[in-house]
Amino acid sequence: MTNIPETGRTPRVQIRLVVIQILVLSLLGTLGGRLWYLQIREGAQYQKEASGNHVQQVVDPAVRGDILDARGVPLADNETRLVVSASRTDLLKQPHDGKAVLTKLAGVLGMKPEEVMQKVRLCDAKTPQPCWNGSPYQPIPITDKATPRQALQIREASEDYPGISAEPEAVRSYPGPGSSNTAQVLGYLSPVTDAEIQQAKNSESPYLRSDMVGRSGLEREYDKELRGKAGVTRYEVDNLGRVIGKAKATPPESGSNLVTSIDSRVQRVAEYELDKAMKAARQQFDKNTGENFKADSGAVIVMEAKTGRIVAMASAPTYDPNVWVGGISAKDYKALTGKDSDYPLLNRAIQGQAAPGSTFKVVSTAAAVQAGYAWDGGYPCTSSYSVGGQVFKNFEGENFGPISLGRALEVSCDTVFYGLGDNEWKKDGGINPKKGQPKDWFFRTAHQFGLGKETGVDLPNEVTGRVPDRQWKLDYWKANKDVWCKYGKKDGSYVQKIYYENCLEGNKMREGDEINYSIGQGDTLVTPIQEAMIYGAVANGGTEYVPTIGKAVISPDGRTVQEIKPKVARKLPVSQATLNGMNDAFAGVITRGTAAWKFNGWPQNKIQLHGKTGTAEVYGKQTTGWLATYSKDYSVIMTISQAGTGSGAAGEAVRNIYSALYGVQGDGSVDTRKALLPEPQKTLPKVRPDGTIAAPKVTGDPGKDAEASQQNNPSNGTDQQPATSPSPTTGNRNTRRRPRRIPKRGRRRMPA
Amino acid sequence: MTGHSFSVSGYGPARAGWTRLFARDSLARRLDWPILLAALALSLLGSLLVFSATRNRTEINQGDPYYFLVRHLMNLGIGFALMIGTIWLGHRALRNAVPILYGLSVLLALVVLTPLGATINGQRNWIVIGGFSIQPAEFLKVAIILGMAMMLATRVDAGDKTYPDHRTVAQSLGLAAVPCMILLLMPDLGSVLAMVAIILGILLASGASNRWVFGLLTVGVIGCVAIWQLHILDQYQINRFAAFANPNLDPAGVGYNTNQARIAIGSGGLAGQGLFHGSQTTGQFVPEQQTDFVFTVAGEELGFLGAGLIIALVGLILWRACRIARDSTELYGTVVAAGIVAWFAFQSFENIGMTLGIMPVTGLPLPFVSYGGSSMFAVWVAVGLLQSIKVQRPMSA
Repeated sequence: MTNIPETGRTPRVQIRLVVIQILVLSLLGTLGGRLWYLQIREGAQYQKEASGNHVQQVVDPAVRGDILDARGVPLADNETRLVVSASRTDLLKQPHDGKAVLTKLAGVLGMKPEEVMQKVRLCDAKTPQPCWNGSPYQPIPITDKATPRQALQIREASEDYPGISAEPEAVRSYPGPGSSNTAQVLGYLSPVTDAEIQQAKNSESPYLRSDMVGRSGLEREYDKELRGKAGVTRYEVDNLGRVIGKAKATPPESGSNLVTSIDSRVQRVAEYELDKAMKAARQQFDKNTGENFKADSGAVIVMEAKTGRIVAMASAPTYDPNVWVGGISAKDYKALTGKDSDYPLLNRAIQGQAAPGSTFKVVSTAAAVQAGYAWDGGYPCTSSYSVGGQVFKNFEGENFGPISLGRALEVSCDTVFYGLGDNEWKKDGGINPKKGQPKDWFFRTAHQFGLGKETGVDLPNEVTGRVPDRQWKLDYWKANKDVWCKYGKKDGSYVQKIYYENCLEGNKMREGDEINYSIGQGDTLVTPIQEAMIYGAVANGGTEYVPTIGKAVISPDGRTVQEIKPKVARKLPVSQATLNGMNDAFAGVITRGTAAWKFNGWPQNKIQLHGKTGTAEVYGKQTTGWLATYSKDYSVIMTISQAGTGSGAAGEAVRNIYSALYGVQGDGSVDTRKALLPEPQKTLPKVRPDGTIAAPKVTGDPGKDAEASQQNNPSNGTDQQPATSPSPTTGNRNTRRRPRRIPKRGRRRMPA
Repeated sequence: MTGHSFSVSGYGPARAGWTRLFARDSLARRLDWPILLAALALSLLGSLLVFSATRNRTEINQGDPYYFLVRHLMNLGIGFALMIGTIWLGHRALRNAVPILYGLSVLLALVVLTPLGATINGQRNWIVIGGFSIQPAEFLKVAIILGMAMMLATRVDAGDKTYPDHRTVAQSLGLAAVPCMILLLMPDLGSVLAMVAIILGILLASGASNRWVFGLLTVGVIGCVAIWQLHILDQYQINRFAAFANPNLDPAGVGYNTNQARIAIGSGGLAGQGLFHGSQTTGQFVPEQQTDFVFTVAGEELGFLGAGLIIALVGLILWRACRIARDSTELYGTVVAAGIVAWFAFQSFENIGMTLGIMPVTGLPLPFVSYGGSSMFAVWVAVGLLQSIKVQRPMSA
């Protein structure tokens, strides 16, 4: 085969050819080496880059679970809306990024073209809202309020609207059965933030870009259960983002349904009555401030006494939860959260706190018994109580002579509790007690009643209230003494004097502090939910339950029902005998005491009610009224800020709530057919085989129905009752008066 | 002519024909089968890669996934026929036709500069005739190899001289300069560089004085500097070099090609993702993937084994071509073979090198593998020339 060369190549050429050969082959060797480096050594890295290149995921959101009331009536569910959305990848393929199509679409939807354009642009550091902060591969919703006509227009001429779709989609809605609202309890949703995605990245339930997250109320507390699991389809895409194949798909899993203990009808009645009571209060003249009551906020709770389950919880001012649906507008958001708003997002039943006033005497009475005072001892109910030159007056200066603790509770005799508190203060060592000497029965009992900390209700951001004990006084003094000592003046204004005194001995438990505390004034703060828990415990024989709203979590197929059982929080530190005494006293409040004028004609022999009124004083504001009540099965607490006394502001409303619960008619008769809930709902709503939950229809307005049944009520109607004015009448002695002289206490709301 | 024995006479039974074909000293026996088979393997492998790269590209394949595959195979067929024709004629016979071939290809290249030429990717180096596009640069390479070899080797082969004298070298360089100038005007920098490599190979193999070799290298360097300084390069060419120097520069723009090419190859790993299963390829992330970047398909879908096989096959062809150059009985054959070696080697190294990110991006096809008729025809003619040199008998025989 080899040709023997005869001519042609000299050694020079031969050598050069060999050089060429070596050069050429070494070049190829270089290529091989580089290929090895890229594919074998760095291969994994490039594989990662390649998969990042070509896989995009599209999220199929899970249907969020419903929130149902105790009978299965949906309080929050999903409704089908026609959502018009735009696919960015399709728009980008069109000239000017689909400007023409979007403009035409804006015309159909009756929107401004700029508005539509803004909605489909991607959010970045420089782009303000509105913009899309989800995945660019996700269809971007332009409106979820398209009419069927608009949707049809788009779908029938789909070739004119490339990249635009009009599909029915499930969006959250709050149907508000029977005109109920339940806004703050339900809470709301908003899109997940980048920070949350990062945070939950490696957790068990990571967020997807498109997720809506519960921000408050039950939506937040039970977010994990309600949310379900979004389906994800991973698509392989080409260099232009066009889909070239489906890589992996997981179908969405619907969220579980939450059955609550709320009864939408009672809820409506509570809301209706709260609103009505506040409006009525605003018609009343407050002679202390010389203007009508402001009645700026309020809350009402109806709780099952024997389980802690909440049947109704309303907070005012309120708002329509549906403003959140489909994204809240900047204007609406400002109206809900801005400085000029009245903060309707706050759930004042768990986030509002005020001094409990005389409703606190349930704690003081228990404390006195614990400290060793006999129930039936004769405690002097004088018209005033003097300490070191200060006069603490009894309300309206009544004088009942020596009375028992029960009687003191019933008539709300402040001076009895002043005396007990003062006595304990002295026993505890006075202003400078020895270490370990103070027994602090009054403060200890408050803690034993669960005050000063969250009740643990299944709602987020509950506040603790406050027991102004020695530790708190010290902490508070440490935090504020610099300001107090700087601005305090012995002979200055009221505030300056207070500062001066606080600077000197604000770290110590002063005599006046404990005296004020004994009747629930001063720095004491409680929340309505704490009151509901405490009075519920008195009703049920001394057991405090953790208040709960969630009753059961039912899987979407209805197969697994996870019940949320009542949980005992603690036992009250009171004996059965003391409880019996308290019960009698509280019943007396209804029949002949401070609340009696609002319960004329109540069928007490059939449905026994107990109650305690209270009026909290807040420096610089009108008084906050409290009405804490309970029956055999329920405790009902209502409080209205800046509305006068507890009975005056809330008496009628609370009575109407009980009337609705038990079917009590205006003439005092009981019509069980009209009773909304004569006994707490024990069973869970029925789950049908297909997983849906049966629910009765709620028609009409239970609030107005209940009102109508009270036509003949002798206590109702401001025109019949001159006593609704906060000026005390013989029956309205629910409160004490501050000593006319300078009180020796720092106040929470003191301007700094 | 030796070519006669290759003809099927038809006089004897088929068996006798085969026997004759493979008889001792027959043409078939003397053919360089490794080169032929390697070239065929590369071309067929190329057709698969081209198919993989284009079957989804509806915007260029006119809705027919087999569009490019069929054309690639057609080109291969024509190229194969051209090879047979070249062997049949023999490189010596072609020697006489060199002036015509040279003149024709230069003319064709000139046409490109006229309005008949088409501009693709900023380069005016195509002629589009009836749906077929012709790239004259490819034919110029063959023409220059044959032309220069003829000029440099004639007097040496005639025994007049041991080495080509300076005058001959100067003349041959002049011969090469004309097409190079045309290529520069297009501007087709890649082809110019390939041309320079070919000229260097030819000069070396012809035994021309070292001074010429180094002189040419010096001129090349000065030329590069001049090109850079005088802003003869278009912006896209400057960008390509900038992207080569720093591939992470602007990954969405200039560096996109190289970046995506490297991702494609790197993600192939040892055995690749399987033919038609490369995500980079099916996702069309690499532009020009059926032509200049065809190697990335091999890298991604066939992995180190497949891509390495391509390099090995190229290496085999070059190895055998070097042998042919060394074994040729006359300088003409040696020079032609060396020119082809320089051509294939430079173009393969540059093409694969740019996909691997070790060479700047130029528009040179990978011999045999890349889609493109002109290139395919030219390289198969070159294979024909190599075979012809291999099977030649000494002139005296």
